[in-house]
Amino acid sequence: MNEQRIEFSGEILALQASGSLFWPRMEMLIVSDLHLGKSERIARRGGSLLPPYETTETLTRLSDDIARLNPAHVLCLGDSFDDTRAALDLEDAHRATISSLQAGRRWLWVEGNHDPGPVDLGGEHHAEYRSDGLVFRHIAAKDTRAGEISGHFHPKATIRATSRPCFLCDATRLILPAFGCYTGGLRWTTPALRGLFDAHATAYLTGRKIIAVPVPKAA
Amino acid sequence: MFKSQVAACRRALHVDRLMNDLPDIFTKWFADRRWSIHPHQAEMVARAREKSQVLIAPTGGGKTLAGFLPTLAELASGEHAGLHTIYVSPLKALAADIKRNLGTPIAEMELPIRVEDRTGDTSATMKRRQRVDPPHILLTTPESLALLLTYEDAPRIFADLSRVIIDEIHALAESKRGDQLMLCLAELQSLAPEMRRVGLSATVEDPSAIARFLARHPDPCPVIHADPGPSPDISMLRTEEMPPWSGGGAAYAIPRVLEEIKKHKTTLVFHNTRAQAEIFFHNLWLANDESLPIGIHHGSLAREQRERVEAAMVRGDLRAIVATGSLDLGIDWGDVDLVIQIGAPKNVKRLVQRIGRANHTYNAPSKAILVPANRFEVVECIAALEAVRDADLDGDPRGPGPRDVLCQHILIHACRGPFDARALWQTLTSAGGYADLSEEAFNDCLDMVATGGYALRAYDRWQRLKQRSDGLWELRDPRATKQIRMNLGTIQDTDTLKVRLKNRGGGRPLGEIEEGFAATLTQGDTFLIGGRVVRYEGLREMTVEVTRRADKPPKIATFMGTKFATSTQLSARILRLLGQEAWPELPRHTAEWLALQRRVSKMPTGDRLLIESFPHDGRHHTCVYGFAGRNAMQTLGLLVTERMEAAGLEPRGFVATDYAVLIWGLNEIPDPGPLFDGKNLREAFETWLSGNAVMKRTFRASATIAGLLERNWGHQKRTGRQTSFSSDILYDTLTKYDPEHLMLQITRDEAMKGLVDFGRIEEMLARTAGRIDHVVLDRVTPLAAPLFLEVGKVPVHGEGRERLLEEEAARLMTSSGLDTLPKSAGAP
Repeated sequence: MNEQRIEFSGEILALQASGSLFWPRMEMLIVSDLHLGKSERIARRGGSLLPPYETTETLTRLSDDIARLNPAHVLCLGDSFDDTRAALDLEDAHRATISSLQAGRRWLWVEGNHDPGPVDLGGEHHAEYRSDGLVFRHIAAKDTRAGEISGHFHPKATIRATSRPCFLCDATRLILPAFGCYTGGLRWTTPALRGLFDAHATAYLTGRKIIAVPVPKAA
Repeated sequence: MFKSQVAACRRALHVDRLMNDLPDIFTKWFADRRWSIHPHQAEMVARAREKSQVLIAPTGGGKTLAGFLPTLAELASGEHAGLHTIYVSPLKALAADIKRNLGTPIAEMELPIRVEDRTGDTSATMKRRQRVDPPHILLTTPESLALLLTYEDAPRIFADLSRVIIDEIHALAESKRGDQLMLCLAELQSLAPEMRRVGLSATVEDPSAIARFLARHPDPCPVIHADPGPSPDISMLRTEEMPPWSGGGAAYAIPRVLEEIKKHKTTLVFHNTRAQAEIFFHNLWLANDESLPIGIHHGSLAREQRERVEAAMVRGDLRAIVATGSLDLGIDWGDVDLVIQIGAPKNVKRLVQRIGRANHTYNAPSKAILVPANRFEVVECIAALEAVRDADLDGDPRGPGPRDVLCQHILIHACRGPFDARALWQTLTSAGGYADLSEEAFNDCLDMVATGGYALRAYDRWQRLKQRSDGLWELRDPRATKQIRMNLGTIQDTDTLKVRLKNRGGGRPLGEIEEGFAATLTQGDTFLIGGRVVRYEGLREMTVEVTRRADKPPKIATFMGTKFATSTQLSARILRLLGQEAWPELPRHTAEWLALQRRVSKMPTGDRLLIESFPHDGRHHTCVYGFAGRNAMQTLGLLVTERMEAAGLEPRGFVATDYAVLIWGLNEIPDPGPLFDGKNLREAFETWLSGNAVMKRTFRASATIAGLLERNWGHQKRTGRQTSFSSDILYDTLTKYDPEHLMLQITRDEAMKGLVDFGRIEEMLARTAGRIDHVVLDRVTPLAAPLFLEVGKVPVHGEGRERLLEEEAARLMTSSGLDTLPKSAGAP
């Protein structure tokens, strides 16, 4: 699997083409916005009956990354579940998958806006998490010092009429793409998102290979 | 609508006996106006008691009055209370038109009849009132009728329903709107068992198919034919100047087209695509020295704009309208005395129906001119002219009713209240298209609607429909009716964006362009819309903002779903024409071109597949003359290049037309035989199909109709919010985890007959039966030459797309100076 190493706030980070982030020095894998249980939540609210395979698919992709990188820590950067009920309603098979992924490593759940409460799964819970000068929180804070890593926005970049989930990054912040299977995206030039970054922000498109592009002005 | 009567009264008609069926007041009304009734109108009255009947009449044949006369006669006494007749037309505008026209006889004969329309434009208050107190005659569209059927009071509304008139049924029968309508008729019939059905149709190739489509299965359905009138006066435009080798613009013919417009009162100029209509209108306007009033009309223009053109047309203010299929249906536009068809007609039936738009006076011949846009289309036009002369219309028999429409109908039915599955199956199989639907197949659809139909039974608690203890099915959550109503219908919006002028008090819309096209625009780019060149300024809240500051030659707006393929029958005629010894009927330039092809290579024939190989511009080219229509040839190009890539032949791209596909690549193809072997092609097709973009697009359309996706999925046009994830992800997930799912089967069925058109490849394989003529030459052949000039070349992706993205990204990084920022290289 392809990756791109960047220097961020004094640390070397490896952006994975799969949409996860690896911090080699700490052996930490970071994923954001898994939105497990999304199709069930939509059905529960009387919406469409979407193919109910996205939790399996998302966990399979997460398992692949964990098998490949063998991290000592896994940090889920919020909105891991589509809502609290989705976490409680998780099927036994998926529960077992998560347990086996947790075995032998430290697992951290950071709260998101979709899943604020603690869930009855293993691992630690944090409103936000700090380590070695980096701060991990679900939603980027308005004022932050350099070294903030967040998720929440599901950024998407468009070049040559092709749209891909992407990492967005400048000297201060890094925002991760959504790792979950059924997740939409927010255009990288949307003011609410673009405004978080300085003029020289870079987008790293996920897909088969990481592709780096400068982020255009807000639209 | 009724002015054709004037002409008809000059003819001696022996319909007195039939006239006896009409109340005296009608006979007097006809006599007062010195009109006489057409024989087919009288016959419709005489046979008014038939359970179903179809009237085939040319445009201007007093078709609509024929349909309504029995209703007016039955209502004349004032005895009928409640809804008597529902009139359904494919266009809202047509319903309004009919309301106006019915007003005249009703007012003049002082008939006690209330007529109202009900469409998407009708106010909510009016709609509610209509449910409580329906009019005698309700004019509506298939979608509005389906909506009415979702209300629990439908049985009461329709209890007295006596007749249903389906106008332009030939047009509806070609689309899912027609399938939906027929399911609705089946329901209406169960609510009003005495209901009679009337279909009004333009000239079609197989009237009995329309009759089967309309009638309650297996009831008989007599077909009444109106006098088709005199044969049309139709010819091909012959110019001194040769048509170009390729393209669809026909710019060369502009001066002659202007001349014809000057000579006639009102001319309709039809085009096959919206983009071509735009270019032609633009050029026509530039050449229009006398400033003749000329308008443009197509489906991508804003409604206000179209309505202005329509109004001007009705007033007789316009000398010509450049149009596409949006003008095809039978709205009465006034005195059109010439129809010009730009580009080969592709389909003879559509041509005949278009020609019918000229000369609404019943016994005068319609006048039409065909303008070939390129050299090959000269051949196509001549073949089409012969087909018109022989009254040899084309049409593909319609397969069984699509199951996505059935799924939607189950939801519509569920809105009305609890239902018995078997009873519903029995009702719906009385619709002709669904007559062969087994109970098992129906239950599969019901299961998908109720539970999603997944192999993984995930939604036990959240089923959409639940079976009660008494065996009836009902909506789990009655509030779902709102969502079902919003999702109703089978018309798919392509993903289009509104185009507005910047800084105009909100900006009035000029029309719409496809999202994909909008994505290719950068500030300063220009394109054509509504015949005007505009400059792209930016995207604001999902609206394309433009100014009139046009300083560059325009890019052309692209529109989806308007590329018609030459029909099977017309292709066969073209092949026969090519097979002739000589071509006295063709202009000299075209005949010489064909003769040269025969001399240097071979002429394609229907029973063999001609393949030419030749080098050009440092690449190896292969031209395959499949004559299977544009869509199938495109599919063939995709399939063959994929197989070539697997065989290491390094194809680089291809381009397809209605008659051939031209493939180029780095290596020579020594033996094309195996590439075109039917078995291999079919295998390649299976693999290719599952990952194909067309399949994904078809999936979205069908899944939306079936209610598995909500309308506008992934296109919630709100700013500052995340869009829903793409339906492509759903397709990929379903293909991976549940490949046998019903929705994927439906998608496949739909794709086969739509853009993929593999059926035509099968037809080509069957008629050529492995007989391949491979001709190796040292240069481009006459028949292949035009393909080099075709637009729409398809690059073979392979690694291509990824490379393009990387190149673009690298360029952007360099120009922004970001590439010099420190970062280490990627790991393997």
